[in-house]
Amino acid sequence: MAYLIKGAHVVDPQVGLDDVRDVLIEDKTIVSVEPSIEAADATVVDGTGKYLVPGLVDMHVHFRDPGFEYKETIASGSRAAAHGGFTDVATMPNTEPVTDTGAEVRYQIDTARRAGLVHVRPIGALTRGEKGESLAEIGDMVMEGACAFSDDGHGVQSAGMMKTCMAYVSQFDRAVLAHCEVESLSKNGVINSGRAATRLGMFGWPPLAEELEIYRDIELCRGTKCALHICHISTAKGLEMVKAAKAEGLPVTCEVTPHHLFLCDDDIDETYNTNLKMNPPLRKASDAEALRAGILDGSIDCFVTDHAPHAKHEKDCEWEIAFFGTIGLETSLPLMLTNLVNPGLMSWTRLVEVMAVNPRKVLRLDPVTIAAGSAANLTLIDPTRTVEVTESFFQGKSKNSAFLGMSLTGCATDVFVSGKRTLIDGVVA
Amino acid sequence: MLSVKHLIDTYSLTADDITQILDTAKSFDPIVNARTIKKVPALRGRTIVNLFLEPSTRTLKSFELAEKRLSADSISMGGSTSSVVKGESLADTIQTIDAMNVDMFVVRARLAGTPQVITQNTDAIVINGGDGKHQHPTQAMLDLYTIREHFGHLDGLKVAIVGDLAHSRVCGSLAPALKTMGADVTLVAPPTFQVGDPTWFGCNQTNHLDDVIEDMDVVYMLRVQLERMEGAAIPSRREYNRLYGLSLEREARMKPNAIICHPGPMNRGMEIDAEVADCARSRILDQVNAGVLTRMAEMYLLLGGEE
Repeated sequence: MAYLIKGAHVVDPQVGLDDVRDVLIEDKTIVSVEPSIEAADATVVDGTGKYLVPGLVDMHVHFRDPGFEYKETIASGSRAAAHGGFTDVATMPNTEPVTDTGAEVRYQIDTARRAGLVHVRPIGALTRGEKGESLAEIGDMVMEGACAFSDDGHGVQSAGMMKTCMAYVSQFDRAVLAHCEVESLSKNGVINSGRAATRLGMFGWPPLAEELEIYRDIELCRGTKCALHICHISTAKGLEMVKAAKAEGLPVTCEVTPHHLFLCDDDIDETYNTNLKMNPPLRKASDAEALRAGILDGSIDCFVTDHAPHAKHEKDCEWEIAFFGTIGLETSLPLMLTNLVNPGLMSWTRLVEVMAVNPRKVLRLDPVTIAAGSAANLTLIDPTRTVEVTESFFQGKSKNSAFLGMSLTGCATDVFVSGKRTLIDGVVA
Repeated sequence: MLSVKHLIDTYSLTADDITQILDTAKSFDPIVNARTIKKVPALRGRTIVNLFLEPSTRTLKSFELAEKRLSADSISMGGSTSSVVKGESLADTIQTIDAMNVDMFVVRARLAGTPQVITQNTDAIVINGGDGKHQHPTQAMLDLYTIREHFGHLDGLKVAIVGDLAHSRVCGSLAPALKTMGADVTLVAPPTFQVGDPTWFGCNQTNHLDDVIEDMDVVYMLRVQLERMEGAAIPSRREYNRLYGLSLEREARMKPNAIICHPGPMNRGMEIDAEVADCARSRILDQVNAGVLTRMAEMYLLLGGEE
């Protein structure tokens, strides 16, 4: 199958491209990128007024498969990913059973291939059962295709265990993705500590619980030389520590979510909207402001969703017993375009770095460039198309979005995954 | 008419709302406290469900008596007898009761925000009888009534709220209500019991009871929930009593006209010494009496106001 994407504004900082080009895809590969291409046999995709970028990657999602298929499956999550404009997602291992062996990694990759909408890159657990007690079969998982390792959902509570994990992973050229949370400090916490906790009468989950573990893991990175990636950073002070580690030359990177960038604890009001309950919690407005500065100035490497689907009955209840998390795959790009790119605060080049180039680096995936010979993983974006965030907008199984009710501007219209068109003018194939 | 449909928290109440509640409660005083037949037909035919999802004795009985004295039809259901313990969601429980067409829910819950969830699942009026560590507005109203009865006014009074502030819905609703009525509130607690952000209440917070006790018109002692001692927020009952307990010695330093309040149930010998609980300054039983009056007023204003 051949596609000719005509007249789109192509942005790829990896090859220094930021201009209108025609792009010809044949089978799984980009064969030509030129100011003007004619190809009689190819299906023409009109890119006029749109942007064509290397396929977007969300390196932090929860697909709940196996174990919690009522929330999301690899198939339904793949639809959400395609709808959101992604060619690749990295799935966290807190499934049931936990993804802590090569066989579990293989299951996800094979199931995703059958679904055929997105490259699923499984992240393996650091410790067996994510219990923080003994090493998971990390080498076995590397050999079956695990792209990184994490006990996401929990911090590894024992510093000694985390040191062992990082030292062990350091032999494989893979990063450790650290969910940072000292549970003796965050225990019972369901909302940011301070004013929000006082106002709504609930136990606080303090910034210190996250920052203390970021500090610990950076020091372990110094000792083990294992690449360290801080998951869903939520506080200004945590970001300062990451910046300092980078300045020192340590192999430390970090990511931020849309909800920590564009929402804050002031948004949680007396209606107790449980879609705003996440881990780590929404922080202060000043933290969100610092994180927005960080993703613009380069100190935050990746933009991820922490896509966390939950069934209706797990959210439609009292805040303190509601599950943590919001879905994100389908609103992530629209939020970026609406809040940062369209107003001119973020360049298209920077958007491509945080949503395509850098996540592939952290996950040790082959780079995808918009150049002849590269794999045809591409996202075509209309920055003007309106997105009304309603429950019926979502293609994934769960609807627990923190952004329900918003009207956003800009979204992916077409996605090509290894040359296969998975999103066709906004409709999942 | 109150400015609110439901009574969920005290932030939403205006000074006029609070004054209406206290004045209406005062009008019920002769009915409840002087007559032989302590009953008026004000809410005859109206149906009230007391949904108590955590154990309570005094609040539940206070509401039940208030309902009887207003001639309402009421039923009480508790967490241990309801389907909530069988795994039914709150929304389903409420919709089930709502299907039987009731006028009001009075809810007591272990989890903050439960009354809000209920308002989303019924058209009935909701009164919050205490939700988790969040709010307990009917307690605040009976406290204000008691204080106003003694001083004749609320504005300008200095009130200390002393005890386990961080876990206290009583503090969470009383402090803002006092501020709305023009009183000056000081929060007193050991650092491990202090609230995360006292400025939200517009209050000062201190850990030195002895520094402030002589200036106070009202010393409001909170119950220390013994289960909260787990996790070592305080080392022992004995030490808490020495540092923060209201002893006769401290009581003697209070202003001549100052009063003592406590929401009950008391831990005598811990936050308050037995002699102090029973002394002339104590308004603890007046508070209990005011509870029936103010709850009658709240139900009357919220339900009767529709007609």
